[in-house]
Amino acid sequence: MAHEWHRRLEARQLTFAVLAFVAVAIGGLVLLIPPYFLQGTITPLPGVKPYTALELEGRDIYVREGCYTCHSQQIRPFKTEVDRYGPYSLAGESVYDRPFQFGSRRTGPDLARVGGKYPDSWHWIHLRDPREIEPRSNMPRFDFLLEAPLDLSHTRKKLEVMRRLGTPYDDAEIEGAVASAQAQLAKLADGLRAGGMEISEIGGRSEGLAVIAYLQKLGTGIDWRSRGATEGRTADAR
Amino acid sequence: MAEAERAARVEYDMGVVRGFTIWALIWGAVGMAVGLMAAIQLAWPEANLGPIHFGRIRPIHTNAVIFGFTLGVIFAGSYYAVQRLCRVRMYSDALSKIHLWLWNAIIAAAAASLAAGHTAAKEYAELEWPLDLAVVVMWVIYGVNFFGTIAVRRVRSMYVALWFWMSTILTVAMLYVFNNLEFPVSAFKSYSIYSGVHDANIQWWYGHNAVGFVLTVPILGLMYYFLPKQVGRPIYSHRLSILHFWSLIFVYMWAGPHHLIYSPLPDWTQSLGTAFSIMLLLPSWGGMLNGFLTLRGAWDRVRTDPLLKMFVVGLTFYGMSTFEGPMMAIKTVNSLSHFTNWTIGHVHSGALGWVALTSFATLYYLVPRLWHTEMWSRRLVDAHFWTATLGIVLYVTPMWISGVTQGLMWRAVNPDGSLAYSFIESVAAIRIYDVLRVAGGAVFLSGVLMMIVNVALTIRRGSAAIPREAAPLAPAPAAGGR
Ligand code: HEC
Ligand code: HEM
Ligand code: HEM
Repeated sequence: MAHEWHRRLEARQLTFAVLAFVAVAIGGLVLLIPPYFLQGTITPLPGVKPYTALELEGRDIYVREGCYTCHSQQIRPFKTEVDRYGPYSLAGESVYDRPFQFGSRRTGPDLARVGGKYPDSWHWIHLRDPREIEPRSNMPRFDFLLEAPLDLSHTRKKLEVMRRLGTPYDDAEIEGAVASAQAQLAKLADGLRAGGMEISEIGGRSEGLAVIAYLQKLGTGIDWRSRGATEGRTADAR
Repeated sequence: MAEAERAARVEYDMGVVRGFTIWALIWGAVGMAVGLMAAIQLAWPEANLGPIHFGRIRPIHTNAVIFGFTLGVIFAGSYYAVQRLCRVRMYSDALSKIHLWLWNAIIAAAAASLAAGHTAAKEYAELEWPLDLAVVVMWVIYGVNFFGTIAVRRVRSMYVALWFWMSTILTVAMLYVFNNLEFPVSAFKSYSIYSGVHDANIQWWYGHNAVGFVLTVPILGLMYYFLPKQVGRPIYSHRLSILHFWSLIFVYMWAGPHHLIYSPLPDWTQSLGTAFSIMLLLPSWGGMLNGFLTLRGAWDRVRTDPLLKMFVVGLTFYGMSTFEGPMMAIKTVNSLSHFTNWTIGHVHSGALGWVALTSFATLYYLVPRLWHTEMWSRRLVDAHFWTATLGIVLYVTPMWISGVTQGLMWRAVNPDGSLAYSFIESVAAIRIYDVLRVAGGAVFLSGVLMMIVNVALTIRRGSAAIPREAAPLAPAPAAGGR
């Protein structure tokens, strides 16, 4: 019978296992290896800068709290999507993202370009209770982030690891990581207080502020808000 | 004859199978209860309690049901079957025990660490690096034990179910290691060595195949062993099994980029992903048909045997989700379905319909044989079947409607070309479906609780201690005729 050869294979576990492994490995090799070697050719866009120490800490909290389970950060090249969220996402924008945060769900809106959309105080209130701003929202309250002091004990190490992996931080940025984070926190807190918000001492150096710093950075690698959403792009490109 | 006598004297290790059976049920109930919690939080945000909010709950749900429940059933079923198919005891009792307890420790630690917010944020690969290492050790133990048993087997041919489990062990090892390469910052935090688009590419090569080689391939292994056993006749076609196996495992690995359609990933990879996803329909349906046709001539029994009902409805959902999946991989369809609850509907028609029903049937097959008695109540098994089916319909239908609603609202425009709906209007529009899903999930979970009661009472009535177990009198259902 035609499958006699296979009968023989069924008696030989080692050959069988090797063949099965080869069968699954091929697809992976084709899909992963060429793009990996293209990695060098994906360069950051001119305006895309590594995260500051505080933004990186904020990003890690964003990851820790699973914001990505509800929010994507990947705008697709459709007119409606560009109109809603801004210019579609480009490969050169996520080069410093470890892990990537494209997401697979939009229980909430895309956040790829939320930076600059709202003032810091909006985010503060929204994190405290999203329903204060939007009664129909089902986003959880993240008020506890606004009362948790930001832990800076690993900040320097984080930047070091990022540099090892390829993010171009210089020595001064690594040396001054903690100081820079503290300075950015103080600036954010002062701004909020100046706007009339009541921010406690802990609130002024809280995890929530780090998250806000990160949110305000998102998608600002290209300067699109001042130019208008779709200018200079074929929005419905594909 | 001497050979047969020796085979009859084999003492299989059923202790490890009993362990995995019980723990799979426990993790199943926990994981689904947490899923229900997640569903409640989406419908009623007040149910988010400080740090115990949806963002942390959801990964606990997925990890508990996939790596607790589903893997537990796979371990139980494959340990049971491999000894019988090879006519030998497990290669190493010590490894079996370590495997069982290390796995339990990992799942418990995973739940605790995810609740504490330690996560790598890649779906189905959330665990941080110390747990990743433990998972690798656990998997190697399973691999050595399983392949070791096969290597010392006393049956010449390896039956098809074994192929599926062997390829699972090899493939998951490869996927898991490469996707989780990360650089530690501290004991609880690491950064992926890949970034941005490459990280996404590797993640969905892993993510899709985690679906493939945890929620599909090893479950097919269960189907290939336990369905013929329950029907009492060999699998329909050996030739179809061969075709099914090789084409399925080969094609699966190319389909990952269908999770990244319209992303910044290079276009050619997306197109390959779509093309291979469509091809995947053929081997998937080949396997489904092989299962269905095994029942030919026995369909009257499907009406009365709750286990066969579970297998049949499971295979039906397998056919449905492997039809739906390729459709969703087509760019135009994906542009609507991606990011919406349609994906959630697809996931749970596969996860509840195919994975869970097939798993329930497998466990119901095992329990009376492991504790040497009848099920405490056969009517309760039947009730579980109907409850589960109702739960699936109540869960999946609202998700489909809600997904299409979201997709259409996001792209709707006014005559002047401006967007017709704000985002929050789409949130408000689907709320009713979120509530219905809670009902569906609760019904489905109540079926699992029935099962736990039934199994517990069966165990109390039965006894594990039959010192030596006879080998099956009839040869295991090896290959079919054609
Ligand atoms: C359960 C799902 C869910 C989770 C988890 C979640 N969000 Fe949201 N988010 C929403 C929804 C729904 C909206 C839209 C309604 C609103 O503004 O509250 C939203 C809106 C937002 C907005 C406003 C976006 C815009 O363009 O108007 C921001 C910013 C935001 N979320 C940040 C976060 C952050 C940061 C986290 C994690 C700490 C998070 N979200 C976690 C559901 C979620
Ligand atoms: C009582 C039963 C269950 C309930 C109520 C339930 C509920 C949920 C909820 C609410 C989500 C989040 C959806 C979202 O993000 O909008 C989810 C996601 C998920 N569930 Fe379940 N679930 C159940 C059973 C299962 C089972 C048995 C499995 C697998 C065997 C499973 C696998 C998954 C997966 C893989 C996801 C993530 C989907 C994605 O990322 O697209 N679930 N579930
Ligand atoms: C021929 C077979 C299949 C194909 C081609 C397929 C294809 C797809 C596609 C296109 C998506 C949507 C990706 C997106 O837009 O984000 C998806 C999601 C998913 N599918 Fe399938 N599917 C198949 C079978 C199955 C089966 C049997 C299961 C079993 C449970 C399953 C589980 C999932 C899960 C868990 C996701 C969600 C992943 C995530 O976003 O987290 N699929 N699938």
